[in-house]
Amino acid sequence: MDTDNRQITANTTLYNLKNVSKHFTRGREVIPIFDNLDMSIKRGEFLAIMGPSGSGKTTLLNMLGGIDQPTSGEIWFEDQRIDQFSENALARWRAANIGFIFQFYNLMPMLSAARNVELPLLLTSLSKKRRKQSVEAALELVDLKDRAEHKPREMSGGQQQRVAIARAIVSDPKLLLCDEPTGDIDRKTSNEILTMLQYLNKDYGKTIVMVTHDFEAAKYAARIIHLDKGRFIEQGDS
Amino acid sequence: MGDLYLMYKNITRKKLRLCLTLFATVIAFMIYGTLMAFQTALNAGVDLSANNRLITVNKINFTQPLPVSYAGWIKSLNGVTHSVPMTWFGGYYQKMQNFIPMFAVKPDSLLTVYTEITIPQQQKKAWLQNRQALMVGAKTAARFGWKLGDRVPVSSNIYSKKSGGHTWDFDIVAIYKSSNPQFDTSSVYFHYKYFNKSRSFGRDTIGFIALKTRDPKLNEPLIKTIDHHFANSFYETKTMPEKAFNKAFIEQLGNIALIITFALLAAFFIILVIVGNSMALAIRERTAEIAVMKTLGFTSGRIFRMILGESLMLAFVGGAAGIGAATGLVKIAAVLVPTLPPLILQPEILLSAGGYMLLLGFMTGIIPAISAFRLNIVTALSR
Ligand SMILES: Nc1ncnc2c1ncn2[C@@H]1O[C@H](COP(=O)(O)OP(=O)(O)OP(=O)(O)O)[C@@H](O)[C@H]1O
Ligand SMILES: [Mg+2]
Repeated sequence: MDTDNRQITANTTLYNLKNVSKHFTRGREVIPIFDNLDMSIKRGEFLAIMGPSGSGKTTLLNMLGGIDQPTSGEIWFEDQRIDQFSENALARWRAANIGFIFQFYNLMPMLSAARNVELPLLLTSLSKKRRKQSVEAALELVDLKDRAEHKPREMSGGQQQRVAIARAIVSDPKLLLCDEPTGDIDRKTSNEILTMLQYLNKDYGKTIVMVTHDFEAAKYAARIIHLDKGRFIEQGDS
Repeated sequence: MGDLYLMYKNITRKKLRLCLTLFATVIAFMIYGTLMAFQTALNAGVDLSANNRLITVNKINFTQPLPVSYAGWIKSLNGVTHSVPMTWFGGYYQKMQNFIPMFAVKPDSLLTVYTEITIPQQQKKAWLQNRQALMVGAKTAARFGWKLGDRVPVSSNIYSKKSGGHTWDFDIVAIYKSSNPQFDTSSVYFHYKYFNKSRSFGRDTIGFIALKTRDPKLNEPLIKTIDHHFANSFYETKTMPEKAFNKAFIEQLGNIALIITFALLAAFFIILVIVGNSMALAIRERTAEIAVMKTLGFTSGRIFRMILGESLMLAFVGGAAGIGAATGLVKIAAVLVPTLPPLILQPEILLSAGGYMLLLGFMTGIIPAISAFRLNIVTALSR
């Protein structure tokens, strides 16, 4: 398990999960997902989370992103306990620190690529001009500058996911949380997307936590953990 | 891009639905504007009535006559500054359908009691001198294309002439206007003397007496004095403020206010259902998008405001267009149906319409906005 946790100094640890349990209740039935889970994620890490369907990967990612709460335990991000944040504080915290990438892109269908990318910037106090610059830079990074005015439905799955990546990085967050980002995309395009994530990790120092089913995809990560029956099985560094 | 742009994009994403929703709103507010203009016009006579003007009519019914001698006695009362005897003529021009609100009056007294009537000095002189003079309201003059100097025949559906026939000839010597746009300029006046001498029956009777008091405080005692004086006579009187008289006159048309209110309530209810349903549907389709926005960091409060803002936007755009349409409709109606009273969308109507737009936007948006506020990201995204 997470034996190296204690050796990591506070300023290189981004996340620290202590004794985290998560149950769902469906009527009277209690469905345990995790019990007393401990884990930490280092700053600048590219972590892949694998595991069978229903093992709780998405649930874990949601808790890291502050959109789901543990039933008990503590989730530390830097020096803050985010599981104790109010809903609004969490929203602000997400806007400032996290970029999300979803399996089905989840772009706004009525907005152009550029406007989709601009969306998170509405949560900042950046001027119109600065916003435009940031959007252009982000689209440039994912190599979609020529598609700025296109609507999502006018683009391929791979292109839409690149727009989603641009949206995730436009406000320069520390961390990217990706839930099966290549789950709906063919092999070749997947590799492009994953190379892009790797590049963001290496050259821009983004911490990336990626949930995936796909071993090929997981290879792009520096560390892989397997989640099964509420436990982690670490695969070691690659 | 800002929240307004997002709201606009969300509203316009389904063009057909937007058109239908807007269409319904436009129609509803067009009905509202038109009916309200109509109702205000009907009530204008009541609202405009001077508070120091009284009307004395026959106690049985205001269509029953009074002796002309009553006018002289009333005029002599202390506290009555001016008075004019008036008689409903039942006039029409050429065809029965061309009905004219027309009164036989004492020419000089009329102008002292109804000071709203404004005519040039020259025409006033002619009006007082010519026995067969006809003083026509600008609206009626326009309706028949009458001009100063025309000699026109007007018939009565009540009276006949001693010499036979129902038709009197008149010289149009005055066309009056009024500074107040709501003062109806469709009434037409002529000399009582000309009328009284030539009619075959009803001689020396009048329809009613309009009188002015020196002070509204004198209204009550004067009403008592007049009606008490004529009590137990052959022609008993009923005296009332002009307001009450005009109201009674309108109520002859049936309870129009109630009908209008009912029509408006129905329109508002229907629109509420249509727009409300379409808003609810639109938001339900956007569940995942709203969850994504929350994930990105938009607070629930901000999303609540945006969705409520969308329905307010819809209501105000549709409502404003509807009121605009009503303004046009009212103008067309005035041309097509010249007998209509002056229809104007008064500032009060615009204000109340704005209030209803606010109400509509709020009522159709509040439930979708609350559900979006409460929307749980995890459950919405896992659907
Ligand atoms: N809101 C919920 N209420 C009840 N049970 C839930 C809820 N969300 C998830 N679960 C259950 O929790 C378990 C873990 O779900 P989760 O979505 O995290 O799995 P996953 O590992 O992401 O699966 P997949 O690979 O299919 O995406 C599943 O058994 C799921 O049925
Ligand atoms: Mg999942």
